[in-house]
Amino acid sequence: MTLLGQFALWAAFLLALWTAAVGFSGAWRGRPELVRSLRRAVYAILGALLVASAALWYGIVTHDFNIEYVAAYTSRNLPKPYLISAFWAGQKGSLLFWAAVLGIFSALAQALTPKRHEGLLPHVAAVTSVTTAFFIAVMLFGDSPFARLPFTPPDGRGLNPQLQNVGMVLHPPMLYLGYISITIPFAFAIAALLSRRLDAGWLGAIRKWTLVSWLFLSVGIVLGMWWAYVELGWGGYWAWDPVENASFLPWLTMTAFLHSVMIQEKRGMLKRWNVALIVATFLLSIFGTFITRSGVIASVHSFAQSGVGYFFLAFLVAAGILSFTLLYTRWPELEAETRLESTVSREAAFLFNNLLLVGIAFSVLWGTLFPILSEWLQGTKVTVGPPFFNRVNVPLGLALLALTGIGPLIAWRKASGANLRRQFAASATVGLAVLAALLASGMRDGYAILALTLAAFVAGTIVQEFWRGVRARQRMHGEAAPLALLRLVGRNRRRYGGYIVHVGIVMMFAAFAGMAFKVDQEATLRPGESVAVESPFGHTLTFTHLGVSQYKALNRIVSAATVQVAQDGRSLGVMKSEKRQHVDSFDRPTFEPSTEVGIRSGLREDIYVVYAGSVGGTEQAVYRFTVNPLVWWVWFAGFVLVIGAFVTMWPGASAPNERRQAQSGYEVPLAGVRS
Amino acid sequence: MKAGHKFLLGAVAIVAAVGFMIAQGVKETGVYFLTPTELAEKSAADSSFLNAGVKVGAKVVPGSIRRDESSRQIDFVISDGSHQIPVTYRGLVPDTFTDQQEIEVIVEGRLGRDGVFQATDVLAKCGSRYEAVPEQQA
Repeated sequence: MTLLGQFALWAAFLLALWTAAVGFSGAWRGRPELVRSLRRAVYAILGALLVASAALWYGIVTHDFNIEYVAAYTSRNLPKPYLISAFWAGQKGSLLFWAAVLGIFSALAQALTPKRHEGLLPHVAAVTSVTTAFFIAVMLFGDSPFARLPFTPPDGRGLNPQLQNVGMVLHPPMLYLGYISITIPFAFAIAALLSRRLDAGWLGAIRKWTLVSWLFLSVGIVLGMWWAYVELGWGGYWAWDPVENASFLPWLTMTAFLHSVMIQEKRGMLKRWNVALIVATFLLSIFGTFITRSGVIASVHSFAQSGVGYFFLAFLVAAGILSFTLLYTRWPELEAETRLESTVSREAAFLFNNLLLVGIAFSVLWGTLFPILSEWLQGTKVTVGPPFFNRVNVPLGLALLALTGIGPLIAWRKASGANLRRQFAASATVGLAVLAALLASGMRDGYAILALTLAAFVAGTIVQEFWRGVRARQRMHGEAAPLALLRLVGRNRRRYGGYIVHVGIVMMFAAFAGMAFKVDQEATLRPGESVAVESPFGHTLTFTHLGVSQYKALNRIVSAATVQVAQDGRSLGVMKSEKRQHVDSFDRPTFEPSTEVGIRSGLREDIYVVYAGSVGGTEQAVYRFTVNPLVWWVWFAGFVLVIGAFVTMWPGASAPNERRQAQSGYEVPLAGVRS
Repeated sequence: MKAGHKFLLGAVAIVAAVGFMIAQGVKETGVYFLTPTELAEKSAADSSFLNAGVKVGAKVVPGSIRRDESSRQIDFVISDGSHQIPVTYRGLVPDTFTDQQEIEVIVEGRLGRDGVFQATDVLAKCGSRYEAVPEQQA
């Protein structure tokens, strides 16, 4: 089967090279049979990559340990669901996964793009194919998933226990899907530049794709946070680790793009900026893979160092130079159609929003690369950690939060004093009321107070928008409130879906503010001994060590420590944390021991118990107890974000209404830039 | 003043603020990342390196780990092949910190005048964590 897999990879590679060559050369102009052929080639690449994937999967499922990849990531006693995730758990498999998914997206882009944008498709095929060819080349010439060993081990090494977690089954593919799907909007942008179809058409063709990428990235990031929280045991969900940052960077620029694109649609501004943002997002997604693969920056998440990283670096540099050169040659054609009229306007609010998002992205990139930069410049490696990222990004994030409230409500072109009062008086009052309440309750952490105040202000603006919309429908159509709400959202999906996403963002900010008040306490306890922790909400939590038990489960030996938890003397029940030693089918230990954290999640706070080991094999146990305020809200906010994104993406969105809105502001000729 | 200019002014202010915060942040929170040899050289040349916060990346000398679980103190020795530094740390170490093989660690803290590195944080990175080549088994 590996022979078939390798063969399929070669077939896909050659097809992709052909597609790229023909697509970029423009030889298809005036030759419809060649245009059709390009499209079919994209489908054929997908077919070949699916065959290659099936071949690897077959090797995994049949436990063919002669295949190096299968021996390195699976074992006979690995639970079935993890056999599936083993496909992308390692570097080689994830490269194949990446190529195959890119194949799927490329084919979907060819198949689903409406007729009016068809002129872009040959160039789109060329860009997606050259990217696919790159990923296949990494496998063929760098690191093949089909490499065989000179011997056949009786059993595989098994999957790293920290990857044996539901979050980890879903988190990497979600992030990959996000990274990979960015290729499609990028391909359309390049196609628009190459074919000089620089009206707003290409933006229309990629709207859904950008939302899909953004959604996958968001879900991937939140799942990654969740995995880090439940699996890594340090009691938080975001450590500003280079690999985490790498996933955050394209998310930031994509978020900026989703906003700035509205300005181009409505006002014909920011055309160059939008192309640059989508190119940057694509480059950052490749950069993210490079960071993860190359080990150039020390990270707890890194794959082992390998030469594969340099393939990515070369591709990154080449793609960057070519894309920006192309943008430069089309510069005059991307002239803005209108000018900014006032700094107190929606356009300006969106421009500032973009600057802040890009500013955050830049500081995160700078901090992530700083060890390398400082070594180049001064010869000594200097690193920056969470204190740096928090210092820089918390103020920027808060300014962005304020704009989340202002941007969607402020008038286009130029806001009058009356407009400002009408839109913001109520929500500003809500914010001030929350501020007063927080100060009165004795909270003194400046950033947390500001975050919660702004969160209240933004929440106020959103509630006001829904309220006014529902009231208007009730008056005009005499609908009952729930029906009016449903129709309001249903008829303006993009707008109200966006508001729902903003609700999720506001919740996240509030939840992040909560982490400023986390408390933790380490203790070594004999059975029966207890330790008290003051929770941030003013309660006393008492943890009483009950004992340590040992047993053997499916593929691991477990020692489990249990504690009795009480709040102000009232029992909350028993919590358990485990140390697991994974073993192979011959009961020999594989990997280092891993910790299963005990978590009791609540709306106000999470109680987080880590059993760190026993003293000399006795039942005297070493613990860390952490109280994490508002963590649950991060996960819930992620869920709200997904709902909101789905609302905006739902097919048959409200085109007529959008047009009406644009007209009420300013008549903008969207087409016809090109004479 | 035209709106475009005013916006430009705001934009410059934001860019300047971001640049300033980055520069200040690096200056005040940046930490040297050194090998034991570099730390030894630098602290010999300039005694202000003693008691300055640094990060040291090295390997743990096998067999050097002494744990006292009841006080949660760990002592071990790190080395880059040419220089060894004893480290002491109080707190919980990650699961990957084991005695089984040569593990790579990053310790953050300060080198005391007594030559013992007082770590405030220990990160362990194991080469076999996600990648491994299966070995031939007898």
